[in-house]
Amino acid sequence: MTSHAADSAIRTNGLTRVFGTFTAVDHVTFDVRPGEVFGFLGANGAGKTTAIRMLTGLLTPSSGEAWVAGHDVYRESEAIKRDIGYMSQRFSLYDDLTVRENIRLYGGIYDLSRDQIRDRTERILTRLGLSHTAHDAVGALPLGWKQKLAFSVALLHEPRIVFLDEPTSGVDPITRRQFWELIYEAAHAGTTVLVTTHYMDEAEYCDRVSIMVSGRIEALGSPAELKKNAGASSMDEVFVQLVRPELAAAKGPAT
Amino acid sequence: MTAPSHAAGAGPPVVIDDLVKRYGEVTAVDHVSAEVRQGELFGFIGPDGAGKTTLFRILTTLLLPDAGSARVLGLDVVQGIWSLRRDIGYMPGRFSLYPDLSVRENLDFFASVFGTTVAREYDQIAPIYSQLEPFNDRRASALSGGMKQKLALCCALVHRPRILFLDEPTTGVDAVSRREFWELLARMRTSGLTIVVSTPYMDEANRCDRVALMQNGRILATDAPAAVAASFDKTLLAVRSSDRYRTLVALRGYPHAHRVYPFGEALHLADDRAGIDAARAASDAAGFLREKGFADARVEPTSPTIEDVFISRMSATEAAA
Repeated sequence: MTSHAADSAIRTNGLTRVFGTFTAVDHVTFDVRPGEVFGFLGANGAGKTTAIRMLTGLLTPSSGEAWVAGHDVYRESEAIKRDIGYMSQRFSLYDDLTVRENIRLYGGIYDLSRDQIRDRTERILTRLGLSHTAHDAVGALPLGWKQKLAFSVALLHEPRIVFLDEPTSGVDPITRRQFWELIYEAAHAGTTVLVTTHYMDEAEYCDRVSIMVSGRIEALGSPAELKKNAGASSMDEVFVQLVRPELAAAKGPAT
Repeated sequence: MTAPSHAAGAGPPVVIDDLVKRYGEVTAVDHVSAEVRQGELFGFIGPDGAGKTTLFRILTTLLLPDAGSARVLGLDVVQGIWSLRRDIGYMPGRFSLYPDLSVRENLDFFASVFGTTVAREYDQIAPIYSQLEPFNDRRASALSGGMKQKLALCCALVHRPRILFLDEPTTGVDAVSRREFWELLARMRTSGLTIVVSTPYMDEANRCDRVALMQNGRILATDAPAAVAASFDKTLLAVRSSDRYRTLVALRGYPHAHRVYPFGEALHLADDRAGIDAARAASDAAGFLREKGFADARVEPTSPTIEDVFISRMSATEAAA
């Protein structure tokens, strides 16, 4: 543990990752506060995934510093993995296992006791209204339910920080909003949430948002601040102005 | 069977009549009827699992329907399969080019399949291809998401189709690349090409001439985007306050709340009282929130969007199911 643990859930200082001659993440410095819903935005290829892989202990930085839940990303990546949850749109649950089996499997991976697994399984099934399908294979569930279950499983070991990589991609508008209510609930319970999305309306749901362009963080603040600074009426406009200024100047708002 | 005139100028380019497709227990396309007009940019808007891809595969002769019929360019999609394949362009949702071939090799391949060459069709694809030409020798697998998309579009256009089907061309693509892609479609549309496109992003509906909202294999509404938005049948209010989550939870207990949900930087509250004056509805809701201790809450009438209509129709059909 370092003194950085006390006031930040995530803190980076000049964090950089180079692949050959290509700098994917270029001296990125930011803080995420405990209990915050932090939107991590950027164009495809801007470096978000590389940054997230460093913060989740999966990739060693080339230079710079970063602490996640108070742990140093260079020396304490195993401790980081115990203190974080992770959910991506692509991989999270095993389709061939039932709802219950998936929860039990992850409970085992995170070394929860039998009692903890039983209690938390009931809590999840009740909260999501999935009790009647607890013995169905996850593959048979509608996408939206799967995503909500995957989120709950990512929180199973009560991590201090949860990373969500495009959690709502392709999900219908009602389920998307139910998903965001789960995010708010987790944040109110003190979990820090770092989330990526291509839905610009979801950027508005975050406490603060960072926007990455070509490996650097070009803007960071609350949605209201970012809109005010950019003289924009929506986060979509802010995003276009930063990522493709010539397009913003030529075309005005999207719709 | 006699095929109708190949050059059938009369009649809409797509006519879907009570189309059904099942996979085992799941009805992917559930009695869908729709028409696309000549030269139109038409959008099927809906989430994953709505049936968009199945519908596109039937329209592009890749999948047989179980019941009902569909005609494209005047030809039945089952009977007219070989003529149709020459005249339609199709860009599938998954990246479908050859990753080990270069940009130019992919294009040459798709041109040769249709018995033509890139040189002969250059003017047709030039507006898009010109952005790719500097990367002619790059393998398709090494292109960025936006560039892959443009190459796939070139490959779908290289045989000069009379109608273009684009299945979720913008899914997973960032907001800026999505905007650029739609601007490209708008330019292509001015040449008179009929374009049928699907997307899960509700905000993209406004880019289309007309849209069909799809959910669980069914069409919830078909119209011009503005008309769909105007069909919202409740009084809609925007609520802003510093503590959004607690405000949302509190509004769920408001007696006149038909539905409350986050919407961009505000909350949307649909008032369930028929024909109520919007200003009155707003002041009632503001009064309720003040009583609950939300001193800084502001409530004002707002205009419904396609997404509000989708949410409302979706709940109505789910309630009926």
